[in-house]
Amino acid sequence: MNEFLQQVVNGIAWGSLYALIALGYTMVYGVLRLINFAHGDVYMIGAMVAYYAARALLAPGTASAPAFFALLALSMAACGLLGFLIERLAYRPLRRSPKFTALITAIGVSLLLENGGQLFFGPDPKFFPQLIESREISPGSGIVITNVQLLILGVSLTLMLGLQFLVFRTRVGTALRAVSYSAETASLMGIDVDRMISLTFVLGSMLAGAAGVLVGLSNPKIEPLMGIMPGLKAFVAAVVGGIGNIPGAMAGGLLMGLSEVLVVGYVSSTYRDAIAFVILIVVLLVRPSGLFGTSLEEKV
Amino acid sequence: MIRCVPALIAGLVAALSLGACEGNRADEIVVGEFASLTGGTATFGRSSDAGVQLAVEEINAAGGLLGKTLRVVVEDDQSKPEEARTAVLKLLKQDRVVAVLGEVASSRSLAAAPECQRAGVPMISPASTNPKVTQVGDHIFRVCFIDPFQGSTMAKFAMKTLGAKTAAILRDVKNDYSVGLADFFRDEFLREGGKILTDVSYSEGDIDFKAQLTAIRAVRPEVVFVPGYYTEVGLIARQARELGIAVPLLGGDGWDSPRTVEIGGAAVDGCYFSNHYAADDPTEAVQSFIEKYRRKHFEVPDAMAVLGYDAAQVLADAIRRAGTTEGAKLRDAIAATRDFPGISGKITIDEQRNARKSLVVLKIDGGKVKFFQKVEP
Repeated sequence: MNEFLQQVVNGIAWGSLYALIALGYTMVYGVLRLINFAHGDVYMIGAMVAYYAARALLAPGTASAPAFFALLALSMAACGLLGFLIERLAYRPLRRSPKFTALITAIGVSLLLENGGQLFFGPDPKFFPQLIESREISPGSGIVITNVQLLILGVSLTLMLGLQFLVFRTRVGTALRAVSYSAETASLMGIDVDRMISLTFVLGSMLAGAAGVLVGLSNPKIEPLMGIMPGLKAFVAAVVGGIGNIPGAMAGGLLMGLSEVLVVGYVSSTYRDAIAFVILIVVLLVRPSGLFGTSLEEKV
Repeated sequence: MIRCVPALIAGLVAALSLGACEGNRADEIVVGEFASLTGGTATFGRSSDAGVQLAVEEINAAGGLLGKTLRVVVEDDQSKPEEARTAVLKLLKQDRVVAVLGEVASSRSLAAAPECQRAGVPMISPASTNPKVTQVGDHIFRVCFIDPFQGSTMAKFAMKTLGAKTAAILRDVKNDYSVGLADFFRDEFLREGGKILTDVSYSEGDIDFKAQLTAIRAVRPEVVFVPGYYTEVGLIARQARELGIAVPLLGGDGWDSPRTVEIGGAAVDGCYFSNHYAADDPTEAVQSFIEKYRRKHFEVPDAMAVLGYDAAQVLADAIRRAGTTEGAKLRDAIAATRDFPGISGKITIDEQRNARKSLVVLKIDGGKVKFFQKVEP
């Protein structure tokens, strides 16, 4: 029993990272109907920014919680800027082109970041400084929960709630949803559509940046291609949860993490990557719009 | 646009053939080396390359080989088997090397060895320990021991020295070296009457091992054998300690990198791994090599550096004895290597083209890697 509960804890900790990445995916898709394939690579940049900032600004061994939150903010800001630039330079010129063009551009941006990252950071793995000492907070129970795991889950939940609040309770959110519903009509209502789309990318990329820092904290090996697999899995998580749906992305991410850990723990690590796609296929067969998605009639 | 394509192709072909026709200078002996200078196991390649370069400098300072200068062309394989094959093809076809040195990782040596064998160019691996490497063909050699010896030694060590009767194995399924070593450990451990409680796996590049480690924790083994490479081992050790697995982790020479301790920190304390040499070996040859190496690279060489140096010296010795760099004769000369005084011990190439050598067990203690015991084959 202990073993199973431990696996559940492992799975939730791992899944909350997917959830964070999935939130960004779902957000961009919700507004633009565009799958931003570069999202996983923005996550990589987030980890790299925090790594280099920590090396430049912190003396070794001076790890502390405030330093961690400062780096988290810095990394999110840098990724937000990157998201803004990606949208401005790669997607905006194609706003009026077919959706397919934008999708291919997204793959192009992803390749640019991956290979540019290898060139710029070097392809060697880097070891993220231990900003917060991992400590067990559940002694004696036989199930190990660390402060870092709790922190990651906490940050993921907070960001999810923040996003949910922003989208459904603020004027900006109303504008975002209006753009999502119909960009043309929204612009007739005096909404600056370009600004809203920029904002979507900035927010989505900030979430990816946060995930990058958090993964560095819990699994301290980072490299330029680290975003490919998690990016793909988070995309699956977003689709499973119902793409465009914020709590759905969170749930999808946790489900993804849990199922992965349970498969590795009880079946074989060889199926680690396969399980994500098995779940995707099953969910798409049973509920094509995802677990939390509402099916929309496509207007023809 | 379409019209330029034939012209472009013609231009490319011309450029390529020009490159190929250039040939090597008559006063040089050109040897190829492929190594993982970047990527997941970059310290393996950088160390073995540093060893090779040191040997080449010494050989040239002492007048070169057969009256010619020895030149090494180095290709990076980014720690990827498919790149290793490409790198070796380039060395063989474009640089027309007379022999190839490399690789540390068995998967990458295995990817490249068939090309050397086909071209009839001898290849010497400094540190690939998987038996399959030299089984590729009669032109493939190595200057290190092989995994059946390493695996069975660690199994005996676990039982006799550490007194363990039960063990768990955590292997990297994508890695020929790790799979082979895990099998040899398991076989010996079972033969000696021990019990393998669980045998789980991960894939190179994973960063989360908690699921596997939780499964291992549940069966309470007395030792955990982790025959992986240093990048993952450090993370595995940390996550194992986080989950409360306090028993020693054991490993093979894939642990040999300064990064193991750097990543693992306190988590790898009290762990043991088998290796080709110990830096605190008091032998004159070892200490003077360390001194030379340190003057240049400001750090103590790991075993990969020592084996890179030994591989280059064994090759140079064979070229001297053969009196030629012609493939078949050079091959025979390498095969005839007997009691060559390498830094990692006396090197004798056996009929299977492997080196028969002693092994050391090292202990990580307080962030330092220390000699623990020596085992003769």
